[in-house]
Amino acid sequence: MYVATKGGERAIDAAHQWLAEERRGSPSVPELSIAQIREQMTLAVNRVMAEGSLYDPDLAALAIKQARGDLIEAIFLIRAYRTTLPRFGASAPVETGGMAITRRISATFKDAPGGQVLGPTFDYTHRLLDFKLMAEGAAQEAARKPADPEPAPHILSLLDRDGLMEPLAATDDTPRDLTREPLELPADRPLRLQALARGDEGFLLSLAYSTQRGYGRTHAFVGELRIGTCAVEMEIPELGFAVEIGEIELTECETVNQFTGSKTEPPQFTRGYGLVMGQSERKAISMSLVDRALRWEELGEENTGAPAQDTEFVLYHADNIQATGFLEHIKLPHYVDFQSELELIRKLRREAAGVQMREAAE
Amino acid sequence: MTAFDRTLTASADAPLLSVQDLTKRYGRRIGCERVSFDLWPGEVLGIVGESGSGKSTLLGCLAGHLAADEGQILYRGHDILAMSEPERRLLSRTEWAFVHQNPRDGLRMGVSAGGNVGERLMAIGARNYGAIRNAASDWLTKVEIDPGRIDDRPRAFSGGMQQRLQIARNLVTAPRLVFMDEPTGGLDVSVQARLLDLLRGLVRDMGLSVVIVTHDLAVARLLADRLMVMKDGRVIETGLTDQVLDDPQAAYTQLLVSSVLQV
Amino acid sequence: MTDAAYNFAYLDEATKRMIRRALLKGLAIPGYQVPFASREMPMPYGWGTGGVQVTAACLTPGDTLKVIDQGADDTTNAVSIRKFFERTAGVATTERTAGASVIQTRHRIPEKPLTEGQILVYQVPIPEPLRFLEPRESETRRMHALEEYGLMHVKLYEDVARHGAIATSYAYPVRVEGRYVMDPSPIPKFDNPKLSGMAAIQLFGAGREQRVYALPPYSRVVSLDFEDHPFEPTKADHDCDLCGASASYLDEVITDDAGGRMFVCSDTDYCAGRRAAGQRGRLAPEGEA
Repeated sequence: MYVATKGGERAIDAAHQWLAEERRGSPSVPELSIAQIREQMTLAVNRVMAEGSLYDPDLAALAIKQARGDLIEAIFLIRAYRTTLPRFGASAPVETGGMAITRRISATFKDAPGGQVLGPTFDYTHRLLDFKLMAEGAAQEAARKPADPEPAPHILSLLDRDGLMEPLAATDDTPRDLTREPLELPADRPLRLQALARGDEGFLLSLAYSTQRGYGRTHAFVGELRIGTCAVEMEIPELGFAVEIGEIELTECETVNQFTGSKTEPPQFTRGYGLVMGQSERKAISMSLVDRALRWEELGEENTGAPAQDTEFVLYHADNIQATGFLEHIKLPHYVDFQSELELIRKLRREAAGVQMREAAE
Repeated sequence: MTAFDRTLTASADAPLLSVQDLTKRYGRRIGCERVSFDLWPGEVLGIVGESGSGKSTLLGCLAGHLAADEGQILYRGHDILAMSEPERRLLSRTEWAFVHQNPRDGLRMGVSAGGNVGERLMAIGARNYGAIRNAASDWLTKVEIDPGRIDDRPRAFSGGMQQRLQIARNLVTAPRLVFMDEPTGGLDVSVQARLLDLLRGLVRDMGLSVVIVTHDLAVARLLADRLMVMKDGRVIETGLTDQVLDDPQAAYTQLLVSSVLQV
Repeated sequence: MTDAAYNFAYLDEATKRMIRRALLKGLAIPGYQVPFASREMPMPYGWGTGGVQVTAACLTPGDTLKVIDQGADDTTNAVSIRKFFERTAGVATTERTAGASVIQTRHRIPEKPLTEGQILVYQVPIPEPLRFLEPRESETRRMHALEEYGLMHVKLYEDVARHGAIATSYAYPVRVEGRYVMDPSPIPKFDNPKLSGMAAIQLFGAGREQRVYALPPYSRVVSLDFEDHPFEPTKADHDCDLCGASASYLDEVITDDAGGRMFVCSDTDYCAGRRAAGQRGRLAPEGEA
């Protein structure tokens, strides 16, 4: 005999307990500490901070632990926490030109003031599994070049001085804030960059890759990729000047892209821009390629119908928290709409069968 | 529709469309410059010229697809450029029609032939399925498409059929003014001839006023009462079709005509 | 047990004020989709974040809240949302339709007619009725602004041409007060007639899509159709096997693997109320009532 399902509440509680048990895994293995995740899963922490839009390595590590390593779930936890935080104000724009550099490379110049710094990169590892890591062991101290006293100006600013780069108009306008206003189109570049900065790394990677394969090609060179820490300063109204309130690690990528010029403008390079919290260079490079592809209209280029050129498509689908929520909501009960579909299809089939029978009788 | 009430029939001694000094620039480049003409009820005006001569830009400005920089367009005395977008859109789905060169631009490829023809009727309030379907079926017959194919999608049609479907979709609401952009471009010569024949019949029977852009002087000769020859965005010669084609005045027109005669 | 770390009903007052402003605008322009700065909520997008924000903006400490999903109070997501408000707002909750001042729903309108003073909050996944005909938001907004709804009827025309009937069974589009075409959220079309002339305020929240819209009490809401293919609210052609109701929307339940099935009210409160009053259906358990 059918009894309407009761006990959804008990099932939910039990599911939560089971989840906690699974998260912990075998009790015979020591529990991960937040510090371990923060220090040894740094790139995961960085991604959670970047896409969660909250710079806090400890909280990001906690979220990763709570989410059992599911980074999108961890980003979700961070976003949900972030939205409840009071907002005291906005920092002054960070000066990435004054970054304390840990990595800096340019694909366009062999050398430049400030030099190239390879930094901690996977680039030239041979991707051989290092079985020594299965046993715990201390890493050797890396040889480091003594800190370079020479300043490292943005490489693109050197091209800028020769007038070879498209000029960028400086503005004091406050950009719109995606987390405080609904996304409405048309979206200007600051808003687009904001959306890309917190967009899904995988989505941006694929879009950027598609531009390289010809879907909205922009011929990008990495003019400069730099990773390091920058001071965050905030204007304190009572003091009347900005004070440093901390520092954050950032990855910045500027691409140099081809531009043929027009009748009114001499040929010059254009640029794409990526800026991401933490060490997230795949994301930063992807972002700058997508940024550049989205600029086709202001640069008078042809819209080839490529996905990466379609602002509405890119901005409405870049956020993995929106995407995963909507995707996964189809797990929720849909008995009612499904029932109405069932009835409709039965009715249509009855009618179709009726027509056939009438035709057969004739 | 009150603004364009059909009871206020355009008087025969006033032009339907009156264009003054219409100019459109793309940056420094000229799209079209200081174009003026009148189009009379029931008249077919051909705009001819090579590609890049500004004829498509002009048509785009007239139909409201492009924003003109200067000039005036009066339709039955109403200033088109001063109209609000809702008014202009209403006009384009009631009194006006636009036939694109590529039927894909003028059809909904995922919607059945009947739905394509019915859309304009539904857009102006038709709510009786049977009546919409009958009108669609009538129009398919008029453009020589088997009404038995009313539920097929245009994808399944040949290029010529798609173009005829596009014409049916445009004419179902009995517009007064039709813009055509190279309507026979991209079709085989034999298919072109049939389409031209059909168009000529429809224009005559419905008393349509037409502005047709074409680079094909044979099309112009068959359909147009009057011609405007464009070069580098400017009108360099106008006149009755036979006059312009048989006795061209401008050197450029002479070249244009001689090249078509060689074909 | 209110969580003291959070503001009443989770959202901060400034956010609630922003949402209320958007709702007031929505009530002033029935059926118009008002953009609002949807917040990141501690539940996934697509799981009722819009409805939850609207409910949070409407709740006062004196309110009594009912939450249903598929018409039922005990489906997991309804339980989860009800718990969320018990925890963050500490308001009274109920399963009785008549006893609630605010009802948040997903996919159903309660069978019992609502009254003045009640608020019905719908969770909306895709607020744009034209979305599956035209994917571009910039274009659909223009179509609404210019009242260009021909395309909507093209869809209905295609249904009739292909299936002989309008093949939309839920999220059936409506026109509000002769102006805006609106998506009533994925309620079955059986519920559409209840939208019109309802005494309660109806609010619709779409969190991921950042839109709210509204129907003030007694709004005229018409389901789109053709004169010769009129709108038909349909349901399974059965009575409820538990309470015997003949005019309530039914869920179909498969009872064995030999084609056995039964039909029961999707509105659990309505069904329980009828059974408590002694009504019995074909398969009502012995000894009940």
